[in-house]
Amino acid sequence: MSIRKFDTKVQHLKYKVLREVAKQAWNDTLYDNLLEIPKIIVPGNKPTMRCCVYKERAILEERIKIAMGGDKNFSNPIEVIDIACDECPVGGYEVTNACRGCLAHRCEDVCKFGAISFDHNYVAHIDKDKCKECGACAKVCPYSAIVIRRRPCENACKVKAISMDENKAAKINDEKCISCGACVYQCPFGAIMDKSYILNVIDLIKNQEHGDYKLYCVVAPSISSQFIYAKLGQVISGIKQLGFHTVVEAALGADMVSASESRELAEKGFLTSSCCPAFVDFIEKNFPQMKQYISHNLSPMATIAKYIKKTTPNAKIVFIGPCTAKKAEIQKESVKPYVDAVLTFEELQALFDSRDIDITTLDEDVLDNASYFGRIFARSGGLTDAIAQALKEQGLDKDFIFKPCSCDGIEACKLALLKKSKGVLDANFIEGMACIGGCIGGAGCLTHGEKNKAEVDKYGKEAMEKTISEAIKIL
Amino acid sequence: MKITVCIGSSCHLKGSKQIVEQLRHFIEENGLNNMVELGATFCMGRCQKGVSVSIGEKFYSLTPENVNEFFNKHVLGEI
Repeated sequence: MSIRKFDTKVQHLKYKVLREVAKQAWNDTLYDNLLEIPKIIVPGNKPTMRCCVYKERAILEERIKIAMGGDKNFSNPIEVIDIACDECPVGGYEVTNACRGCLAHRCEDVCKFGAISFDHNYVAHIDKDKCKECGACAKVCPYSAIVIRRRPCENACKVKAISMDENKAAKINDEKCISCGACVYQCPFGAIMDKSYILNVIDLIKNQEHGDYKLYCVVAPSISSQFIYAKLGQVISGIKQLGFHTVVEAALGADMVSASESRELAEKGFLTSSCCPAFVDFIEKNFPQMKQYISHNLSPMATIAKYIKKTTPNAKIVFIGPCTAKKAEIQKESVKPYVDAVLTFEELQALFDSRDIDITTLDEDVLDNASYFGRIFARSGGLTDAIAQALKEQGLDKDFIFKPCSCDGIEACKLALLKKSKGVLDANFIEGMACIGGCIGGAGCLTHGEKNKAEVDKYGKEAMEKTISEAIKIL
Repeated sequence: MKITVCIGSSCHLKGSKQIVEQLRHFIEENGLNNMVELGATFCMGRCQKGVSVSIGEKFYSLTPENVNEFFNKHVLGEI
């Protein structure tokens, strides 16, 4: 990696697969060279990642399948590559050698399940059959001698959708999975991937020439924190060079959502946001009784896409963003007619490089439709700020007292929903973002950095339109 | 008659919002609400010549200064 475009080598490997698949697809040689791609990526006979090149190539074949759309029998865009799963040890709570065999035995006293016993050196042991993994012992040990050993994927999955199959490989429970992609980003072996629709997008671009449609790209505002090695205007030029007719900000859809969601909120008195598809999925799967409170607005992506298709009936739309759950969202009946495909920023990078487009050499194009408020939807708390602003702009803040609860990450969302369901939530609006930090923490981001929030705010301030009503006036 | 104004980024930066407001005003002033439909589209692919406006197959380059002239000639004149 000459320029550091990704956070991890796992992302880089996935990128190489996507880039190669795309390259072959542009040349119409994908099906002729399909079996050669693993060798192109792992040449020679010396392994660089696994026990032998044959295993490396076998796993690459699986990655190629997922890069080509993955298993069509399952709608979940998140898929496990079982042969890539390292079957990490799952110890649960374990006593380390920091245990000094003390007298106090707080661990034993606090354990409600009688799982702690002591050997002849008075060192604690945990009976796995009795342990319920409550963690109480780890909390009280004065030496911090008890630790939890969990698989990175299970640890990343805060909705507890990951377990082990009979071969100890990771298994996703689609009934619980919200497709947020946290496991994809966290698995150190790259054994979980998001299905790619990069081939659909290449087809859409190619067929545009003799098709009767124009291909629009709707881009998420979190793009301001991505492709940091180039200017945003150069990224826009790059997208157009790939063959898109034009690029429109999803943030303008966010402005439209803020305006109508604030009215819905003032009318109904309580609402949860509906922008984050993983959050909406989480409510539907875990708090069905709360479904009635979900805002009826489509997400900003779907809202702007709907508008584009209304005004330009021969438009086809590809959304590019940080999100793997968007790949599930566009399968919904309510969204399907508006968005034709979803790509992540990782996949956009692969597309650029499959065409040898070096965006740093391009002129800067413009991207300016939305307001500051639409743009800050990309980070946690931004949606709440936008709703407060929209209430104010529409004069709704006089009779309605806005009490927001911004939830940063799915665990915070769960807590707020739990409180609401028990009638003890002191708020009338829940902003739910499944990823920590909001969309800038999405699994499809190239990089995740400390400065991302500041980048989003900076981009927000650069918007020509300063208010939501000014931004949507034109529509 | 349908007038379509480009609201893509490039035209937006050149003032398509103002053009839309001026056209709305003229349409209202002349009582043409039932005869002239004002629409928008993202990008007509004529970014250099913005603000781009189309009536049917014909394209026009508008600025806040020449909207009046455009309206008299191509809207009132054709209706």
